[in-house]
Amino acid sequence: MPQFDDVHQQAYSSTLGMWLFLVTEVMFFGGLIAAYTVYRARWPEEFAAASRHLLWPVGFVNTIVLLGSSLAMALAVRAAHLGRDRETVRWLVATMVLGTAFLGIKATEYYIDYRENLIPGASFRVPAEGHGEAGAGHGGETAASLDPGHFQMFFVLYFFMTGLHAFHMIVGITLVGIFAYLVRTKWFSGHGGTQVEVIGLYWHFVDVVWVFLYPLLYLIDIRP
Amino acid sequence: MSNEEDYLQEYTLRSWLLTTDHKRVGLLYMASITLFFFVGGAAATVMRLELMTPKGDVLGSPDAYNRLFTMHGVIMIFFFLVPSIPAVLGNFLLPLMIGARDLAFPKLNLLSWYVYMTGGLIGIWILLFGGVDTGWTFYTPFSTMFSNTMVVTAALAVFITGFSSILTGLNFIVTVHTMRAPGMTWFRLPLFVWSHYATSLVMVLGTPVLAITVMLVALERLFHIGIFDPKLGGDPILFQHLFWFYSHPAVYIMVLPGMAVISEIVPCFSRRPIFGYRFIAGSSMAIAIFGFLVWGHHMFVSGQSMYAGMVFSIISFLVAIPSAIKVFNWTTTMYKGAVWLDTPMLYALGFIGLFTIGGLTGLMLASLGVDVHVHDTYFVVAHFHYIMVGGAVMAYLGGIHFWWPKMTGRMYPEIWGKLSALIVFVGFNLTFFPQFILGYLGMPRRYYEYSPEFQVLNVMSTAGASILAVGYVMPLVYLLLSLRQPAYAGPNPWGATGLEWQTDSPPPVHNFHDMPVVTAEPYDYSPEAFQEEHDHAVSHASR
Ligand code: HEM
Ligand SMILES: [Cu+2]
Repeated sequence: MPQFDDVHQQAYSSTLGMWLFLVTEVMFFGGLIAAYTVYRARWPEEFAAASRHLLWPVGFVNTIVLLGSSLAMALAVRAAHLGRDRETVRWLVATMVLGTAFLGIKATEYYIDYRENLIPGASFRVPAEGHGEAGAGHGGETAASLDPGHFQMFFVLYFFMTGLHAFHMIVGITLVGIFAYLVRTKWFSGHGGTQVEVIGLYWHFVDVVWVFLYPLLYLIDIRP
Repeated sequence: MSNEEDYLQEYTLRSWLLTTDHKRVGLLYMASITLFFFVGGAAATVMRLELMTPKGDVLGSPDAYNRLFTMHGVIMIFFFLVPSIPAVLGNFLLPLMIGARDLAFPKLNLLSWYVYMTGGLIGIWILLFGGVDTGWTFYTPFSTMFSNTMVVTAALAVFITGFSSILTGLNFIVTVHTMRAPGMTWFRLPLFVWSHYATSLVMVLGTPVLAITVMLVALERLFHIGIFDPKLGGDPILFQHLFWFYSHPAVYIMVLPGMAVISEIVPCFSRRPIFGYRFIAGSSMAIAIFGFLVWGHHMFVSGQSMYAGMVFSIISFLVAIPSAIKVFNWTTTMYKGAVWLDTPMLYALGFIGLFTIGGLTGLMLASLGVDVHVHDTYFVVAHFHYIMVGGAVMAYLGGIHFWWPKMTGRMYPEIWGKLSALIVFVGFNLTFFPQFILGYLGMPRRYYEYSPEFQVLNVMSTAGASILAVGYVMPLVYLLLSLRQPAYAGPNPWGATGLEWQTDSPPPVHNFHDMPVVTAEPYDYSPEAFQEEHDHAVSHASR
C-alpha cells in the first residue's frame, strides 16, 4: 500500500471509506422509504390490508436468522483481531450459512406470493381479504371497497425493497466467502483484522436495513 | 531535477489503462471528457442551426429534434459537467495539494474511470442507435408510458455513471480526512480542497437517490408496475420530487468545483491573500447543505401545494447568500490587488461575470410569480447555461490553463490563450443573452419551430454559437500543440503558493521527493514582489 504511511492510516481510511459507502446505501434505501412513506400516508387502508397478506411469522423467523448471522459476524471480527485465523474462518462460514438460510426462506416466501398472484403486473390479483383464516373481514373494509392500484403499490414497494435487500445479501455472502478464503490462505498481511471488520460493518448494515423493513412491511396492522 | 521519473515517463497503452496513479487517472478522465464535450457540442450546433429559421427545415421532424436535445442534455450533464472538474482537476490536484502520495483508494479511482466509460459508451450507443426523446429530466409519465425510445438504456447509462461519481466523492472525502501532510490542518487546506470536500458530500448523499429513481423508471417501463403511473395507483409528482432532490444539488456538483478553481486563480493573479478564507470555506459547506432543501423550486407549476411553493421559494433565496459571499470575497481580493491579466485570470473574470448574471436570474426564477411566467421558456435555458456553461465550463478552462504547466511541464502560447478566453466570452454572451429576451417574450423551450417574430434573436444566438464553437476548439489545438515542446515550464511558473507548486512539473510518480511539512497559512501572497514575479513568469512562458 504505497500511498499510506502506516497500517494505522490504512485502517482508519478503510473504515471511514466503508462508513461513507454505507451512507450512500442509506440514501439508496432512503429514496424507497420516502416513496413508501408518501404512499402509506396517502392510502393507509390499502397498505394495512395488503400488509396482512404477508406472512409475518415467516418474517419474524427470518429476522432471528439474520440477527444470528450478525452475531456470528461479530465473533468473526473478534477472532480476527485476536489473530485466531481458524476461528475467524469458522465464524465467517457460519455467517454465510445463516445468510443463505435467510435467502432460502425469503425465496420460499416469494414463491408463495407468486402462487397467490401477488406479483405486481398483468397477473396481479387483489387478494380476497384475509390470509387463510387469519383476520377475515375485520376492520370493516372489504377488499372490494379498496383501490386495486393502491393495493398493488404496496406490493411493488415490498418486492422492490426486499428484493434490493436480498441483492445486498447476495453480495455480502459472496464477499464474506472471499474473505474467509483469504483469511484461510493467509493472504492478508497480519490476520485481516481491519478487513474483516470492514466487511462486518457492511454485514451489520444489511442487517439493520432488514430490522427497519420488517416492521414497515409486515407489522403495519397485524392482529392476533 | 531529480532521478525519480516523472509520472508521464511510461508510454505504453497498458501503462495507461492499468494505472492507479491519481494524476494519470485525471488525464484519462480529461481525454474522455473532452470527447463527450465535443459530441454534446456537435448536437448543440445542429440544434442551433435548426433554430435559425422559424420552420423545421434542418432536421425535418420534431422527433429528431427531441432526441437531439435530450442527448445534448444527457451528455453535457452526466458525462461532462458532473465529472469535469472533480474527476480531472480534482483527481490530479487533491493529493498534491494536501501533500499526499496518492488518493486513499487508488484502485477504486481507476475503477471509477472504467465505470464512467461504461456508462458513457452506452450513452454514445444510444445516440447512434435510436436516441431518447424525454429530455434529460426523464419526466414521468411520458418516459414510463408514452415515449417509445430507449429510455431504459438511458436510465442504465445514468445509473452506471452515477456510481463513478459516488466512488470519486467517497475517495476524496476519505483522502482529505486521512492523508493530509503533517501541519496541513483543516484551516490550512486550500479552498480548492474545501470545495471538493463539499462537492463530494453532495455526490455521496445525492447520487444514490438519482440512481434509485432512474431504476424505478426503468422498472416501471419494463413491468408496468405503476410507481409513477396514476392509472396504476402511482403519482408522477413523486418522480419529480425524487429527481430534483438529486438534480438541484447536482447543480452544485457542477458549480462548486468551478468556484474551487476560481478561489485558487484569483488570489494568485491578484497577488493578495484571499479575502475571507474562512467565509469561503464555510460558504462551500453551507451551499452543499442548503442545496438539498430547495429542490421544490423546480416544481412551482407541477401542482404541489402553494405553501410548499412559498417555502421552497424562500429557502431558495437563502442559498443565494453563500454564493454571493464568494463573489464578494473574490472581488475584494482583486480590489487593490496587482491584477495580472493572464489567461487563467481572464477565464476567472469571465466566470465571475457570467455566474453573477446566472445567479441573479436564478433569483428571479426562485420568485414564485416570475417563474410561473417564464417557466419552460428560453429564459430558463439562458439561466442554466449562464450558471453551468458560463460558470462550470469557464472555470474548467481557466483551471486547465492554470495547471497545464504543472500537469505537462509545458507552457502554452499566452497570446492564443488570451484570445480564446475573449472569444469564448463574447460568443457566449451573444449566444445566450438573446435567449433571456426570447424567453421573456414567451418562446417556449424544446420546440423546433417558433413564430417568425422571434427570428432575429434566434439568428443572433446561432451566430454567437458559431463564435463560441471557435473559442472552444482553440484551446484544444494550441494545448495539444504545446506538447511538442520540451517540458520547461518549471515547478512554479505563476509564482503561486500551494504544495502542488513545490514539486517538479510534471510531478514525480509519488508526487514529492521529500514529504512536505506545512508551516504556513495558505495564500501567502505579497503584493510587493509581484512585478519581478510577473516578469519571471512571462520569461518562463516564452522560453
Ligand atoms: C456550444 C454552445 C451551446 C449551445 C448553442 C447550446 C444550445 C442549447 C439548446 C438550443 C438547448 C435546447 C433548449 C430547449 O429547447 O430546451 C440546450 C439545452 C441544454 N444544454 Fe446546451 N448549448 C450549448 C452548450 C452547452 C453546454 C456546454 C452544456 C453543458 C456543459 C449545455 C447543457 C445543456 C442542458 C443541460 C440542456 C437541457 C437539455 C434538456 O432540456 O433536456 N449546453 N442547449
Ligand atoms: Cu434548482
